[in-house]
Amino acid sequence: MSSRSKVAPQYDVIVVGSGAGGGMAAYQLSVQGLKVLLLEAGRDYDPVTETPMFQTPKDAPLRGSGNADKPFGFYDATVDGGWRVPGEPFTTAPGSQFSWWRSRMLGGRTNHWGRISLRMGPYDFKPKSRDGLGADWPMTYDTMAPYYDKAELLIGVYGGDDDLENTPRSSPGVLQPPPAARSYELLTKHACDPLGIPVIPAHRAVLTQRQDAARLPAKLHPGNALAQRVLRQSMNERMACFYATDCGRGCSIKANFQSTTVLIPPAMATGNVTLITDAMVREVSIDANGKASGVHYIDKLTRVDHHVTAKVVVLAASACETSRIMLNSKSTLFPNGIANSSGVVGKYLMDTVGAGLSAQIPRLEGLPPVNEDGTAGIHMYMPWWKYGEQKAGKMSFARGYHIEFGGGRGMPGPGIFGGLESFTQGAYGRKFKEEARRYYGSFMYFDGRGEMIPNEDSYCEIDPTAVDQWGIPVLRFHWKWSEHETQQAAHMHQTFAEIITKMGGTVQGTVQTDGSKAIATGGSIIHEVGTVRMGSDPRTSVLNEFGQAWDVKNLYVTDGATFVSNADKNPTLSILALAWRSCDHIVEQLKRGNL
Amino acid sequence: MSDDTNDAHDDAKPVLHGIARRDALKAMAAAAMVPMLPEPAAAAPVAPRAPLPMLEEAQQAKRKGPRGTPSDPVLQVAKADWPNKLQQRELTTLSALCDMIIPADAKSPAASAVGVPAYINEWASRPGGDASLVRVRGGLAWLDRESITRFRTRFHLATLAQRTAICDDICYLPKAKPEHQFAAQFFDTIRDQSATAFYTTPQGWKDLGYIGNVAMPTFRGPNAEIRRKIGVE
Repeated sequence: MSSRSKVAPQYDVIVVGSGAGGGMAAYQLSVQGLKVLLLEAGRDYDPVTETPMFQTPKDAPLRGSGNADKPFGFYDATVDGGWRVPGEPFTTAPGSQFSWWRSRMLGGRTNHWGRISLRMGPYDFKPKSRDGLGADWPMTYDTMAPYYDKAELLIGVYGGDDDLENTPRSSPGVLQPPPAARSYELLTKHACDPLGIPVIPAHRAVLTQRQDAARLPAKLHPGNALAQRVLRQSMNERMACFYATDCGRGCSIKANFQSTTVLIPPAMATGNVTLITDAMVREVSIDANGKASGVHYIDKLTRVDHHVTAKVVVLAASACETSRIMLNSKSTLFPNGIANSSGVVGKYLMDTVGAGLSAQIPRLEGLPPVNEDGTAGIHMYMPWWKYGEQKAGKMSFARGYHIEFGGGRGMPGPGIFGGLESFTQGAYGRKFKEEARRYYGSFMYFDGRGEMIPNEDSYCEIDPTAVDQWGIPVLRFHWKWSEHETQQAAHMHQTFAEIITKMGGTVQGTVQTDGSKAIATGGSIIHEVGTVRMGSDPRTSVLNEFGQAWDVKNLYVTDGATFVSNADKNPTLSILALAWRSCDHIVEQLKRGNL
Repeated sequence: MSDDTNDAHDDAKPVLHGIARRDALKAMAAAAMVPMLPEPAAAAPVAPRAPLPMLEEAQQAKRKGPRGTPSDPVLQVAKADWPNKLQQRELTTLSALCDMIIPADAKSPAASAVGVPAYINEWASRPGGDASLVRVRGGLAWLDRESITRFRTRFHLATLAQRTAICDDICYLPKAKPEHQFAAQFFDTIRDQSATAFYTTPQGWKDLGYIGNVAMPTFRGPNAEIRRKIGVE
């Protein structure tokens, strides 16, 4: 047995997970010359060869409609995931409802996400100071702004230069030009202007022009020849969006951001990364000094348990999975899980408040053909606009939401014209075809995406009665909305109804005045964050502002678990910016010999 | 909207299989394992848990690409891989009904000309779709019997006026007579599925004026005519 130890590699850093947080960590650490072991619980995945670009619904079983195995449709990039992962269950406590979207693939959920990339603003980092609720982040927006700039330059984000309250503008030259608005986006803006609701270019991680591979690498990595070389190569391999095919399938031309097209290729090109896929990490090990010594993982192909060691362990397995690993890492020093002397691991789980309404808009009926595929995501959105009213105590809920909306003449897919009979009194025959032509493109949806305030009743813990197929104890979720969230959801419905009416349209469905009937199930917006939060006080937080565990200085977390609050801004961009900052700290601390 | 969902909530799918890489690990004495204590004394020493000894060698193999399972299907060359269940007799009736819903006109062909009945067969035969299959089969049987009762001929052999008479009775659930409630639900199902099948074909896209799914160097947004029509000019 001892002969094996000489081939056991000693890595500088083990990174657990290869999505936004893990991919960024693998990239930033490897370009700094550190030897990185990247562990991914799912299979290897190559978007260049596997993405179904241009395939149509007709080419797919059941016209590409979703099912329990592929909930977002046949062509969705997600592998071995969705609302359930084969062989890897979780449980919910009695009275709680929680949905947990996972994937088991290289790059994780970055392969299929909506690419909406909104910065948290100054208020979002200090919510408790502003209204007394929740908790403050240990840093300010000003500290993070340079990292947002760098993250946006690295991944490529389109957007406008609007500078609204708590909706910060990027530094000049950082963002790519936003795509032109579609007809239904123009009409929505036209209706919202008199309502005082701002409709501005969305920010999404999609290239509308090729990145400046000659200039950006030196700007992002001054003085680092290795980083500049691999990033230049990576940027040269990325094309600009050609305005076709759904981003949720992934992108073989690398026009949008996914870890597997933007972060992992340059990381691998450094020669400093060893990637092991199908490696399900179950525990962080500690040494006699109470430092992290490595991780235990199960090779999913052989079911053999492995232990690998490194100077630093970075967890980025996705918020709840990171908590699960930590809670399962029990020792005499940490009987409640590694780095959990505060008892906060698993606590303050948050999702985004979601509520939506559909609409039929007569002014969009019977328009001439126009290609509205665009970037296959939103070109415009409405940031929260009522900070003043909230400050003045005129609102029944404390935090804001933004609105995402869509519709128009998208690709006809499964379910098209389901329910049309209620508009046509059951038309069939030639009349049905005429009605289909008339109504096609006239339907829209409005979705609110709002901030949830962390609470004591929403958390995850280890379920002592259940394990997954790898023998790893599973998570049990507890969930409860407060009135701040349900009132916000009701306000969303009211707002959407106002906008739809102003557009001359009719609301499809019921405008709920009881927000608990409008609000989406916890977790279902797939913005679950928190459970290993940062803070300024080791008694009430697990990590410092760099994502470094208070209790175990060579243990870092770089995924959404670190979130202290969950502003209405979609979390991925913030995960990337925070992870970059954490990596700078790791590099610096290793240089100083502090880890 | 379908009459049931595809969500079968069946048990977990078959687990992964194959052989895998070897990853060297330090094997340490199992004796170093220390039982976990619920509440350690104040000055409890750190007791690291040793890795498990490696008991078996594994061969190195890297798993790449989709496995072809339901949660990891091959996306590039996809097709339904389950057997169709409707019989030819049923497809004949179904085809006639689909063409009543989507007949040929100046802009596009009839449903049966672009494979709509075959798609409905695929849909009704899908794994976990038992309720859909019952509805489709029951509805088709009802349709033929109704036609024979009223007109002494099967549905597909009836005249257009006769077929229209039946369809008028069942085309809109809220206005259907009590004895036609099931048939109206069946009709609604076939209309929805026919629309899904028809409007996802190239002919259906052309009919509606969907002109996307093509690469374009720039995205310009709506032209002046459209902006004027929607009133934002």
